[in-house]
Amino acid sequence: MSGLAEAGDAALEVARSPLALLGVTLGGYQLGRWLQRRTGGHAVAQPVLVAIVVVGVAITVLDIDYPDYRRATELIAFWLGPATVALAIPLHRQASRLQGFVVPMLVAVAVGAVVSIVSAVWLARLLGAGEDIERTLATKAATTPVAIALTESLGGIPALAAVFAIITGIMSAILAPATLSVLRIRDRRARGLAVGAVSHGIGASRMLREDETEGAFAGLAMGLSALALSLLVPVCALFLF
Amino acid sequence: MITGLTGLIAFQLVGELLVRVLDLPVPGPVVGMLLLFAFLRIRSYDDSGSIVRAGSALLRHLQLLFVPAGVGVVAYLGVLGDDAVPIVVAIVGSWLIGLVVVGWTAVGLERLLGRPRDDLPDLPDLPDAPGTAS
Repeated sequence: MSGLAEAGDAALEVARSPLALLGVTLGGYQLGRWLQRRTGGHAVAQPVLVAIVVVGVAITVLDIDYPDYRRATELIAFWLGPATVALAIPLHRQASRLQGFVVPMLVAVAVGAVVSIVSAVWLARLLGAGEDIERTLATKAATTPVAIALTESLGGIPALAAVFAIITGIMSAILAPATLSVLRIRDRRARGLAVGAVSHGIGASRMLREDETEGAFAGLAMGLSALALSLLVPVCALFLF
Repeated sequence: MITGLTGLIAFQLVGELLVRVLDLPVPGPVVGMLLLFAFLRIRSYDDSGSIVRAGSALLRHLQLLFVPAGVGVVAYLGVLGDDAVPIVVAIVGSWLIGLVVVGWTAVGLERLLGRPRDDLPDLPDLPDAPGTAS
């Protein structure tokens, strides 16, 4: 009997090790890819969402704190930097499509940044959220590191800014292509641009799967939008708060 | 593969360095992306380059790389509490408004400036009604 308990302890110890947490993360992602194939690419079957649900259940059951999980999977998160650099590759392949689109692109991203900041703050205020929440929501269209840094300087809650940015990204990965079609926005560059500008890399990851032109412009829009939001959040803050 | 990954990390490093030195308000990898884009244009790199191969492999699994940060959402959902409704409405509403404004501004300016469009062939979810003469 005590041998069984020992074996159980050993199993639990292995299950809570960094290796197992990496395994659960990769396994959840593979399950997500499998579901995506099985459902014929259904919008809700985004591998990132499936993996988050699987890992969320696993760390709750195993009683692992999020910071411990985060440390264990640093190996995966690390590659986000080089992957962001790699977004230059689809853009390079699609560079000829930049012609005649530079002015519309820059204007649209700048206008989009202002609208996104102001609408998030006003909607939250209208419904009675606290001011620290308003300040945190202002940056949610930016890629996570930018959202965190901007929220810090604005006096919001940085950890929550990352959460809002990721929720925005996942929602966009699920809903954006269909929404753009309903809105009759059919220009591939404009579609990619809109998604990248409002939902950074997670939105871009969906567009890359849909079409290389859309993906390339989503990646570029993520970068431009990070720049626009960094410059415009302090300006908008002057009249918003 | 390793050569390509080394190249990507080198561009990220230069990006991080420029961000620190010039005090730029964007993350290092975003600057690295623009530098790599310039490099690929100047060298007119094709698909056989090691950076292109390694980078394309990473991008195929871009969603995996967001999972560690994404699990943070699960950890924080509980603390939203009373503010959950305004937060959800603000996130969804502002996302939709942003998407519409960016999309329509870009398409509208294209039309205004008389630039050629680059439309998707045919949207599978919006088929033309059968029998309509065009």
